Amino acid sequence: MILPEVNWAAVMPSVILTVVGITVLCWELWMKEQDRKYLAWLSLAGVAGAALFSYTLWGRNESAFNGMLALDAYALFFNLIICLATGMTVLMSRHYVENNELPAGEYYALLLFAAVGMMLMAAATDLIVIFLGLETMSMAVYVLTGIRRQNVKANEAALKYFLLGAFASGFFLYGVALVYGVTGSVKLGEVATYISTHFSDGAGSPMLLAGMVLLIVGFGFKVAAAPFHAWAPDVYEGAPTTITAFMAVGVKAAAFASFVRVFLLSFGALHGQWEAILWALAVLTMIVGNLTALVQDNIKRMLAYSSIAHAGYLLVAMVAGGELGGAALMYYLVAYGLMNLGAFAIVVAVGKKGEPNEEFNDYAGLGFRYPGLAMMMTIFMLSLTGIPPLVGFTGKFYVFSAAVKAGYIWLAVIGVLNSVVSAYYYIRVVVTMYMQEGEKQVEPLSTRPALATAIVAATVGTIMVGVLPAKPMALARHSFASLQKPAQTASSTPKKDQAATSTPTATAPSKTPHH
Amino acid sequence: MDAITFTVLSVLMVASAIRVVLNRSPVYSALSLVMLMSLLAVYFLYLDAHMVGVLQIIVYAGAVMVLFLFVIMLLNLQDSIQDYRQEKLWTMGILCATLFGELWFFFGRAGGESSAQHAVPEGFGTVISLSQKLFTDYLLPFEITSLLLLVAVVGAVVLAKR
Repeated sequence: MILPEVNWAAVMPSVILTVVGITVLCWELWMKEQDRKYLAWLSLAGVAGAALFSYTLWGRNESAFNGMLALDAYALFFNLIICLATGMTVLMSRHYVENNELPAGEYYALLLFAAVGMMLMAAATDLIVIFLGLETMSMAVYVLTGIRRQNVKANEAALKYFLLGAFASGFFLYGVALVYGVTGSVKLGEVATYISTHFSDGAGSPMLLAGMVLLIVGFGFKVAAAPFHAWAPDVYEGAPTTITAFMAVGVKAAAFASFVRVFLLSFGALHGQWEAILWALAVLTMIVGNLTALVQDNIKRMLAYSSIAHAGYLLVAMVAGGELGGAALMYYLVAYGLMNLGAFAIVVAVGKKGEPNEEFNDYAGLGFRYPGLAMMMTIFMLSLTGIPPLVGFTGKFYVFSAAVKAGYIWLAVIGVLNSVVSAYYYIRVVVTMYMQEGEKQVEPLSTRPALATAIVAATVGTIMVGVLPAKPMALARHSFASLQKPAQTASSTPKKDQAATSTPTATAPSKTPHH
Repeated sequence: MDAITFTVLSVLMVASAIRVVLNRSPVYSALSLVMLMSLLAVYFLYLDAHMVGVLQIIVYAGAVMVLFLFVIMLLNLQDSIQDYRQEKLWTMGILCATLFGELWFFFGRAGGESSAQHAVPEGFGTVISLSQKLFTDYLLPFEITSLLLLVAVVGAVVLAKR
């Protein structure tokens, strides 16, 4: 009998989340209405377990499941980001689910399943597994978007997201098929080997380039990069606010994890071909996101466009490439995650049952009546703008300095100019809160301790990671270096190494991860 | 696959594909689609992909087509038959021709190296060899697919219940 090669450690965080998700789903059937809150605590425990397990795996660098999954610091770093996003979302959802009468069991289960899809995407080194992870994540998020079935906006958002998402998945899959057609493999390492031997001049063949462009379209849709961003504002507005936060942070992080892995690892030798495309995408995304955010009156739509703009900054880091760019991208994802989760948590806090309070006017006068809440919102908004010493500033600093060091001066200039523009709509929130009169009452946070915990944790993170960036940045660098170092696998060849390091700006990994 | 079989199969397939588009009655279109699916299954059988061929018949010609027919019969499509306009087909035809041109451009150029014929290993495409691959090399995708289906089922129930 032939037995499969199973490396449990590589999938353990995903397995934990899956098992907890199924438990949540089944347990809800037997529990009383008032016990639903335990589902949130169980989900949170599962996320904590997955995060802890990922943490204990730190330092391992191996390839699992016949070269389909990597267990490296890069994947583990993203596991931690995904656990952060999921955990915070669970905390925000604790009362939100109850107040909006959402089906708790399915809600938390789908949330956990989406997180599993994200983790698999971040770790996958095989295009098929990336696609399956992408679909698992997307499918769960489509449903979560439309889980408020009585709400017309939610229905519209879910349908739009589903149709456009399915279309984008088609693009992605077609791209995979073309890449397979040329290289004869869907494994990232083997694709890299083929490209570096057959297209050592970095030109590529029309079919391969077509496949690459289709992959860019697929990933571009998931990270909401212009011109594939049109779905984002409607979906972000229509989805439950907690899910919007989860989408803005989790989906984007997972898609970027996979995007970077595929393009730096597999298409590293074709760097010259895709960097121009991504350069244009980055510029367009930043400009479209920031300019459209200026004219929004709904705070969720404003944050949606702001998240498009942030995808643009992340693309800048990706174009810069190399160890600096990669590490900056990972650091920025953490920064973006912390401040965005915090901002959305405040939006959840201001909302009430049957009264979403999502317009700018609803925030008027909040600064006088709820000084604590308004102060934390101010911190998130200043951080999103990029005011020192908050985490948004440090993140932007790393991204733009990586771009400058890699020689993309104009890209950095456009990025900085865009940050200046973005100040207008972020500061507008602060101005509305402190300088306008308003009557809106907010349910006190003391009745919602889970949400308060999430907001305070995000605030502390936004300040601490910004003030003391050295340790997280070192972790990001170490993680990114593990990506450039090929994992130990039977099928890997020295060529893979060559492909990964032949990018113009890439430097050899400076320190070896301890095994 | 020899040239005669290939030609006959392909002509039949293209013809039934065109029938799907050109038929005025949706039921006839659906039946042409069954024909198309079955011929595609024959293709797979000729390519030594027995399992895929059988699945093609069971899943597409069977399950998916029954769903199509259900939907056609549940919705009263009389009105849309009236609206059916021949001019639209021209636009579609031009779009398709462009797409074919692009495909020819990409595949026609890259064809040289990858079109070499390889001998098929013993037992290729049978249920045994396929399942062996599925439970060893492709165990992880197989398991993720089961999770994906679970998510889809849970999602469908959440959105459609009551």
